[in-house]
Amino acid sequence: MSALLKIRGLKIEGRSDEVWNPIINGVDLDLNKGEVLGLIGESGAGKSTVGLAAMGFTRDGVRISAGSVEFDGVNLVTASAAVKRGLLGKRIAYVAQSAAASFNPAHKLIDQHTEAPVQHGVSGRKESEADAIELYERLRLPNPEEIGFRYPHQVSGGQLQRAMTAMAMACRPDLIIFDEPTTALDVTTQIEVLAAIRDIVEQFDTAAIYITHDLAVVAQMADKIKVLLKGDEVEEADTRTMLSAPQEDYTKSLWAVRSFERPTKPAVQTGATPVISVKNVTAAYGKVDVLHDISFDMHEGRTVAVVGESGSGKSTAARCITGLLPPRIGHIEYMGEALPLDYRKRNKMQLRQAQMIYQMADTALNPRKTIGEIIGRPVQFYMGLTGPQRRKRVEELLAEIELEPTQYIDRLPSELSGGQKQRIGIARALAAEPKFIICDEVTSALDQLVAEGILKLLARLQDELGLSYMFITHDLATVRAIADEVVVMKDGRVVEQGPKLEMFQPPHHPYTDLLLSSVPEMDPDWLTNLLESRGVDNIGDAAVDKM
Amino acid sequence: MSLLIWIVALVIAVTAGGWLFRFVGQTATGNAPYFRDMTVSVAAGYVGSFLLLAWIAYTYVSGQQADPAEKNKYFFFFIAIHGFVAFSIMAYFFRVLGTKFGTEGSKKMFRQMPLTASFGIVIIFAYAFVALFAGQIAVSSIVIVGIIGLAISEILRRIGGDKPAATSAAAFAFILIGMIIMYFVGPIAPYGQEEILGAANVVPGGDPALGGNPDFPLGTDQIGRDILSRLIYGAQNTVGIAFATTCLAFLLGGSLGFLAATLGGWLDQLLSRAVDALMAIPSLIFALLLMTIASVWSNQIGIPLTYFMIVIIAVIDATRVFRLARAVGSSIVVMDYIEAAKLRGEGLTYLIFREILPNATAPLLAEFGLRFCFVFLTIASLSFLGVGIQPPLADWGTMVRDLAQFINFAAFAPQVAVTPLLAAGAIALLTVAVNFVVDWMLHKSSGLKE
Repeated sequence: MSALLKIRGLKIEGRSDEVWNPIINGVDLDLNKGEVLGLIGESGAGKSTVGLAAMGFTRDGVRISAGSVEFDGVNLVTASAAVKRGLLGKRIAYVAQSAAASFNPAHKLIDQHTEAPVQHGVSGRKESEADAIELYERLRLPNPEEIGFRYPHQVSGGQLQRAMTAMAMACRPDLIIFDEPTTALDVTTQIEVLAAIRDIVEQFDTAAIYITHDLAVVAQMADKIKVLLKGDEVEEADTRTMLSAPQEDYTKSLWAVRSFERPTKPAVQTGATPVISVKNVTAAYGKVDVLHDISFDMHEGRTVAVVGESGSGKSTAARCITGLLPPRIGHIEYMGEALPLDYRKRNKMQLRQAQMIYQMADTALNPRKTIGEIIGRPVQFYMGLTGPQRRKRVEELLAEIELEPTQYIDRLPSELSGGQKQRIGIARALAAEPKFIICDEVTSALDQLVAEGILKLLARLQDELGLSYMFITHDLATVRAIADEVVVMKDGRVVEQGPKLEMFQPPHHPYTDLLLSSVPEMDPDWLTNLLESRGVDNIGDAAVDKM
Repeated sequence: MSLLIWIVALVIAVTAGGWLFRFVGQTATGNAPYFRDMTVSVAAGYVGSFLLLAWIAYTYVSGQQADPAEKNKYFFFFIAIHGFVAFSIMAYFFRVLGTKFGTEGSKKMFRQMPLTASFGIVIIFAYAFVALFAGQIAVSSIVIVGIIGLAISEILRRIGGDKPAATSAAAFAFILIGMIIMYFVGPIAPYGQEEILGAANVVPGGDPALGGNPDFPLGTDQIGRDILSRLIYGAQNTVGIAFATTCLAFLLGGSLGFLAATLGGWLDQLLSRAVDALMAIPSLIFALLLMTIASVWSNQIGIPLTYFMIVIIAVIDATRVFRLARAVGSSIVVMDYIEAAKLRGEGLTYLIFREILPNATAPLLAEFGLRFCFVFLTIASLSFLGVGIQPPLADWGTMVRDLAQFINFAAFAPQVAVTPLLAAGAIALLTVAVNFVVDWMLHKSSGLKE
């Protein structure tokens, strides 16, 4: 049987600074009907570029310079626009990372669903609508009869991602490209999407390319895995072989990331004054309370991980501590003294002690300022250093975060990689010489190898400087790696808190249990087993709602 | 009816030509992707443009070969063609020069610059040159510009660092050298803008046999003022006043807009609603109304009406700038780096000038270009209606009105009928040039690559 998709010697170039730079240096790929290929690698490895090239498409400023992409005997690289129009959407479909950004907010879901089949003449509008409802049912969307008549903003993120998968299925394509479809979702929501995608791909015997950087996810989805690194293929193998016996060093290092864990610290002395203490805080946006009577302590030299899904109030708690959102009831204590609730009423000393590192380093650093200015400003503002002294301090800080000072001090943020930007964010926080740092999902936008580097850096700084961290995250692997204490939040309440070791041992609060069991594991049978033990109707949003 | 048939026939012919063009292209290139994926409408566009060019070329050649009386009718057509070709060549060489000299960054910028933007910049330079040196340069103005240049460079050095200071110093040095040269060369305009010379209604073209006069190449108006000199002085008056007005509008609208975006709350509400109220009134009518009131005041207080006009148009246009600055500002204010700066305890001035403004320069500069055109058109309209720049000062709006009757000569003396359109054409050309440059800047700032 000849392969459905056959890519041979694919080379892709991107144009920047007026020259064509290679992005992909000759990738071969074979995909049979009904087969799922997992494409993994860190950002910049060219996963998405290969995924798009499999449809004969390139982004602006990118071109296919050599090789062929043969889909069912048609070379998509040289095919005319008319031929491609006939294939795309009909026989090849694409599911994007962010369904929220990919649906047109002005049209109802079902109208967008029926567009492709009607355009391609696969079926009429009526049949296509009936088919959409059937697909919604198969993907276990709630109220399949009615959900299609909603607008994209009226359904949840996980449902939207499933509706998008249904839309890709509308013409019963032979090949679907999934480009990180669950990366933007919470762990509990992720499961329902994964289960739905896996089911429907099996049911219709569709071939798929599943692009992700999460190894545990790809282990559940793919029949075989291909690892990419900077545009080169590292290795390709059957999923089970790949997981149990990776051949190349790079693949092994990817697998090893998950093993980083800090030694457990001795328990806090009773009676020690916490650096920051959150006392019975209730906070509201407008008239709606989003935090309900929250209390926890953070001690010197220790890390408190605050865990929960999006919307659970983790970040709101951080906003209360920094004073951006003054609590309605309760207060924040610093070394036993109450802080003014509003940050505008705090003095320079108080502001200096609590610093923040943000999730998106892109928006956390002013794109028009050089690294020297970004780090130098708090040095000047708090420490009063100017001129050569300021520069010297900035260089010290850059050395501290393991970046070569002379090389980086005059660069702009856009000239740095994601991990380097996050390091600059850390240096800016350190420049204030604080006692306490809030880390708001600092590693969730980064690749696993880079994230591990950041975690190690944070751990080292904590040991050297005695910092205490409030580490906000939804990733339990990160919690396992660096936390000393864990606070689990749901719907603005603390459901459970305690030392890390206790938290990872049963018995749990049922919600903690749900969170823990929803984290994908590297075992390829994990999802199957989980679905068997819990049942398909007891995962994702449905399970959370039952709490 | 027959006209309609002609139009339909032309459209069909061009479309058929387009189809043929594509077919020939496909056959000749062995079905290359460019011709293969070309739609018929694009192909028809090629054919249509080619026909238009051919028609222009035919008119040019036949006009050149006609006898003197007939040729003189094409006088302005030739000027337009020659001017277009000359400026295109200049734009090309300007871009080549830019890629050869300057810093690495500026060379790259010029390499990526489209020819239209280069064309626009050359035209704007030409206007600026003409406006600055229309009359004789006085020694005092050279001294004043020198002092202003020193002051601005010094201020920039203190607040912005050495790099912008050096740039501004270089720019001022360039202008000063130009002024000193032009001081000895003399004025560009051959006559004064108010000077009434002997003959009225001299025909353009400069051929005495056909009613022209070589001393007045573009002819004279009804009371015997040289049209060329008035056009040149018009650049100084209209462009200068428009520039001052736009700067004032940006100062007002920009600062208030950023303030509203940063502080929010009741101040934002108050300013935004006030701006809404001002924008609800049609701007030209509103300006006319205010100008009428101002003309009474200006007589009473003794301040020239022009100052009132600058303030009135600036306030009306500042509302649009406010909206943009507020929109751009509020999308920047939500960024984490602003939150970080707030939590650091930074003051309002630092937030606006050091964190927000650098990120808003690209859209604001683009808006500056467009706003300049609108202000410029408003001034011309007001002058055309008689309440703008007052005679005897030359102004393009006034010139269009003054020469309007010549339009009646269109049938037998096209070169005379075109004279009122000269000032209008000068306005149009500058507007197009500014838009070319703005388009390019928007393209650059939106991050689109090639």
